[in-house]
Amino acid sequence: MAKMTLEELRKLRESKKTDLRKRDTEGKNIQIIVGMGTCGIAAGAKATLDAFLKLLDEKHLVDQVMVRQTGCMGLCHSEPTVEVVVPGMPTIIYGKVDAAAAAQIVEKHIIGRELVNNLILDRPAADIIAK
Amino acid sequence: MHFTLSDLVLDVAQNAAEAHSKRVRVQIEETEKRFYFSVQDDGKGMDRESLQRALDPFYTDGTKHPGRKVGLGLPFLVQTAEQSGGGWNIQSEPGKGTTVAGWFDLENVDCPPVGDIPGLIRTILLLPGPEEWILYRSLVRQGRRIEYEVRRSELENVLGNLEEGENLILLDQYLRSQETEE
Repeated sequence: MAKMTLEELRKLRESKKTDLRKRDTEGKNIQIIVGMGTCGIAAGAKATLDAFLKLLDEKHLVDQVMVRQTGCMGLCHSEPTVEVVVPGMPTIIYGKVDAAAAAQIVEKHIIGRELVNNLILDRPAADIIAK
Repeated sequence: MHFTLSDLVLDVAQNAAEAHSKRVRVQIEETEKRFYFSVQDDGKGMDRESLQRALDPFYTDGTKHPGRKVGLGLPFLVQTAEQSGGGWNIQSEPGKGTTVAGWFDLENVDCPPVGDIPGLIRTILLLPGPEEWILYRSLVRQGRRIEYEVRRSELENVLGNLEEGENLILLDQYLRSQETEE
């Protein structure tokens, strides 16, 4: 792979855009939000994010999903944590999401529209909820 | 705790992102023997006393999570640098910003692996907070020098919203191509 210039990147982006217009997509309303605080990073959140990117690319979901990064979600005991927002489904925070768990989330939650029950963390830990 | 040097850099960059900075510049310089990084922000900064406390692994100002022991993670940097024949430097001034630097002897047996730098740069570019991220990278490999600089504003100008899945993948390709020798 040769070193790409910004101009080449722009052309690549435009060629992909044309591809996308051909497809009938419902828009990017699915969100995957990865916790990237100190706790998340130490627990491997970057590997998790990389795994999601790879999976989205493989499953051709990139045009439907936003991947965001956020700070610590207050669930340091279960990092890496990932919040998944799919329209028509409850917003879910998953804990201890490694590459294998990321694959389950993409397969079951994002494609299958079904929750991955064993990974769900439904609320922040009790000691940080505002009283 | 942190497996690679790039995790340490990400951690420091995350602090800069959360310090109400407008513009953050990150430098990552690597040769076969040495790894150096610096993160310079124009955020809220710290006075001498707070900085001293931030270096204490058992201290937290309690603002991140009241009642919880979460700090800036700087002791990880200090420990990793000192245990592997490297060093660190932090300069900070309230209202002006903070510069954190660290260097590591890659030939030291206790030095962690460098990790995935293009992936690190991609992750930093997406950290929310600052209006601008500037990342400079240089790499000397087998006597050849590779050098590049990226800015979030320029990449957004080309790609649009970097958080969109397809743009993120293009960004990743772009950054990885920068590390090739051509």
